[in-house]
Amino acid sequence: MPGQANLASVDGLHTFPRLLLNHARHRPDAPAMREKYLGIWQTWSWADVKDRVRALACGLASLGFRRGDNLAIIGDNRPHLYMMMTAAQCLGGVPVPLYQDAVASEMLFVLQDAGIRFVVVEDQEQVDKMLEIRDQVATLEHVIYDDPRGMRHYSQPFLHDIHELMEMGRIHDRNHSDFLNAEIEKGHYDDVSVMLYTSGTTGKPKGVCQTHAAFIAAAQGGVQVDHLDADGDILSYLPMAWVGDHLFSYAQALVAGFTINCPESGDTVMTDLREIGPTCYFAPPRVFESLLTSVMIRMEDAGKLKQKMFHHFMAVAKRCGADILDGKSVGFGDRLQYWLGNILVYGPLRNVLGMSRIKVAYTAGAAIGPELFRFYRSMGINLKQFYGQTETCAYVCLQPDGQIKFDSVGQPAPGVEIKIADNGEVLVKGPMLLKEYYKRPDATAESINADGYFMTGDAGFLDEDGHLKIIDRAKDVGKLSNGAMFAPNYIENKLKFFQHIKEAVCFGHDRDMVCAFINIDMGAVGNWAERRGIAYSGYTDLAGKAEVLELIRECVEQVNADLVHDAMVADSQIHRFLVLHKELDPDDDELTRTRKVRRNFVAEKYKVLIDALYAGKANQFIETEVKFEDGRRGKVSADLKIVDAKTFPIVKKAA
Amino acid sequence: MSKKIGDVILDLQNISLRFGGVKALTDISFNVREHEIRAIIGPNGAGKSSMLNVINGVYHPQEGKIMWRGAEREKMEPHMAAQQHIARTFQNIALFKGMTVLDNIMTGRITKMKASFVEHALWFGRARREELEHRKKVEEVIDFLEIQHIRKTPVGRLPYGLQKRVELARALAAEPSMLLLDEPMAGMNVEEKQDMCRFILDVNDQFGTTIVLIEHDMGVVMDISDRVVVLDYGKKIGDGVPDEVKNNEDVIKAYLGAGH
Repeated sequence: MPGQANLASVDGLHTFPRLLLNHARHRPDAPAMREKYLGIWQTWSWADVKDRVRALACGLASLGFRRGDNLAIIGDNRPHLYMMMTAAQCLGGVPVPLYQDAVASEMLFVLQDAGIRFVVVEDQEQVDKMLEIRDQVATLEHVIYDDPRGMRHYSQPFLHDIHELMEMGRIHDRNHSDFLNAEIEKGHYDDVSVMLYTSGTTGKPKGVCQTHAAFIAAAQGGVQVDHLDADGDILSYLPMAWVGDHLFSYAQALVAGFTINCPESGDTVMTDLREIGPTCYFAPPRVFESLLTSVMIRMEDAGKLKQKMFHHFMAVAKRCGADILDGKSVGFGDRLQYWLGNILVYGPLRNVLGMSRIKVAYTAGAAIGPELFRFYRSMGINLKQFYGQTETCAYVCLQPDGQIKFDSVGQPAPGVEIKIADNGEVLVKGPMLLKEYYKRPDATAESINADGYFMTGDAGFLDEDGHLKIIDRAKDVGKLSNGAMFAPNYIENKLKFFQHIKEAVCFGHDRDMVCAFINIDMGAVGNWAERRGIAYSGYTDLAGKAEVLELIRECVEQVNADLVHDAMVADSQIHRFLVLHKELDPDDDELTRTRKVRRNFVAEKYKVLIDALYAGKANQFIETEVKFEDGRRGKVSADLKIVDAKTFPIVKKAA
Repeated sequence: MSKKIGDVILDLQNISLRFGGVKALTDISFNVREHEIRAIIGPNGAGKSSMLNVINGVYHPQEGKIMWRGAEREKMEPHMAAQQHIARTFQNIALFKGMTVLDNIMTGRITKMKASFVEHALWFGRARREELEHRKKVEEVIDFLEIQHIRKTPVGRLPYGLQKRVELARALAAEPSMLLLDEPMAGMNVEEKQDMCRFILDVNDQFGTTIVLIEHDMGVVMDISDRVVVLDYGKKIGDGVPDEVKNNEDVIKAYLGAGH
């Protein structure tokens, strides 16, 4: 198996604790982690990290943490929380990171399912959540917190300051100096290294058990293909519970030995990005989208001359930028213009975005609009897509340098086999597959077929060069009533590329035409409205303005014009649409925590709107309950206008 | 909460303040204990802000005595209040709009800077050392109030709720033992009010700062203050813990109105 071959090459370094010790031994003074504290970046070297991990692990052990225990980790990306992962692994335990912005009741399921005895949290906010649900998690014994602020009056004996834990650990380590090394020695590459819960687009979340071997193999593959090395930097700002962050900020950082940088707070990511200037950057398409939107908004407010320059050179970049990055041959004139553009526009723009030092930027988690993708590449940012799930350590396909196709997710990564099932579903096999779903042998059996292939649930095909193209979720791909294929995601992504559209949901399965719900982008449309002197009081008001509907109609018609060119999807042109009166929100269960639309839930909740779309009505009244951040509930109501969009006749090719 | 409220540190005795023929305050006495949150409430024009201005030396009452930490206070000027570790925020935000958040908060440290004007101008020796030290303190305040993301933003570009928070930050940067807050929550939405309440309680709890605040939102006042004094037309009509004040007949009539 290719997995074994990889492991042999790392010479006994087949668990994460061993990798850490190895870095600490060979390059003790190199930076391992950085965190901004009181406005200044503080650095921990590999030796520092090793010392702290030792202290944490021994501290956990002296509290009674045992081999096989699960350790829940809840909080923003903090160095201590990453260290806690390694500490748990040292003892043969399994870290279970949770999404930190979930409310207590959402965390309850995971804590119960994983039989959590120990929880490490970031701060008072998370401690309060644990206190709220403590009675319902019978197994919970200890809660350890990182940030002591506001904790002075908490006297519960099961609460521990992480610094006290480290102190306990140091004493334990002095008294039993062989203990930890022996524990680390017991670690095996086939042990479960981490448990990541799926976001639960369908049903209850499932705990995906991944081994050391799987994540190390996935990390090695990525490091090898993209030549990541030890002097790189990455900004770790995505939820620790997400497989992408675990692969890049944890597995790859330990395999390649580069530095992870933790932002000061969620609001400062943009500033921190600029200060750190990472060499490797990872973001879901949504982040790249909103970056582009903010650039475009600011350009619209810029002076005439700047605007002219910007648009001229963006056209140049669009023409030849991507080819230059791929090392293809480009005419001398274009090269000269691009060179000039790089000095005047692309360079400064990359600098503003904090991407001056970028060697490779990744996006995954959802399909990215080809135009958006092209924009970043043409600016000289080596943006790549990759493809993978929690169950495959986010590692199935990678795009090798020089072979980037805008509409594919790349070739199978080293060690990965791909097969397309008869129904179009993508099947994968390799060293990075999950060991099992935690306590769910039924689900495990369902997802892995008899030949050992994992069934991804995505529909796709391999093109003539062996690149994988993903169309949609296999279960989302439907048929229009005339039998033509209907891939909602594909159309929605086209809509979402317009800066004015934040979210879209398309319907059409078993129907005679495609209709859509649209969410406007408050920032972009708000700015657009202000410049036209259109007064509005809030989201609902703005979304209902006739001018806004007209603006969105133009976007929809452009998408239709685009769709008609491709025979596969020409029938999926959008006939009617409406602009929703509220933003789709994870707090209202309309999006998952990773902000993917929960299609069926939305269809159910807004059934009356869908009926109105297909019944040909001109407007429809709707009232919806919304949850505010502080837990209160309110109602939003509006009389929504339904707009007809122009569709284009399909020109059938002569047979 | 196991907060320890200490001795009386500020005792106002029979204060009367007149502007010409207008009586702003008439014969008002109340005290403030160390570490407590003391609210002053009352309808518009009741003399609340005047009271605050008396405390930090902007106005000088014609009659009455002010005892500060057991000693009678001489006539004093506002800058002397700062030296006695009394800091305040204003009803209308009084920040330097064109300066960044960081610079605004740095001005809160000015009474603690010892280097001379020339040293500061040349960024030399003592001035440099001092500034680094002060910057650290300021960063702690920034961290405390969770405004890292606007550190370098000019204050004029911030929404109202955040400007209020910056003003609180500047007051805190002076490491006051007593903090005077003039309507810290006026014009805020529910969420901003909640945040502000939390910060006020945290300041009081963590640094033991004594807080005197004027506020209109009765829910907020009743929730966070230890004792409340009620003014109406320049006279004191109630004084006590929130529950007492809530049930005081005069207060209900004068301020809360019938039906409450």
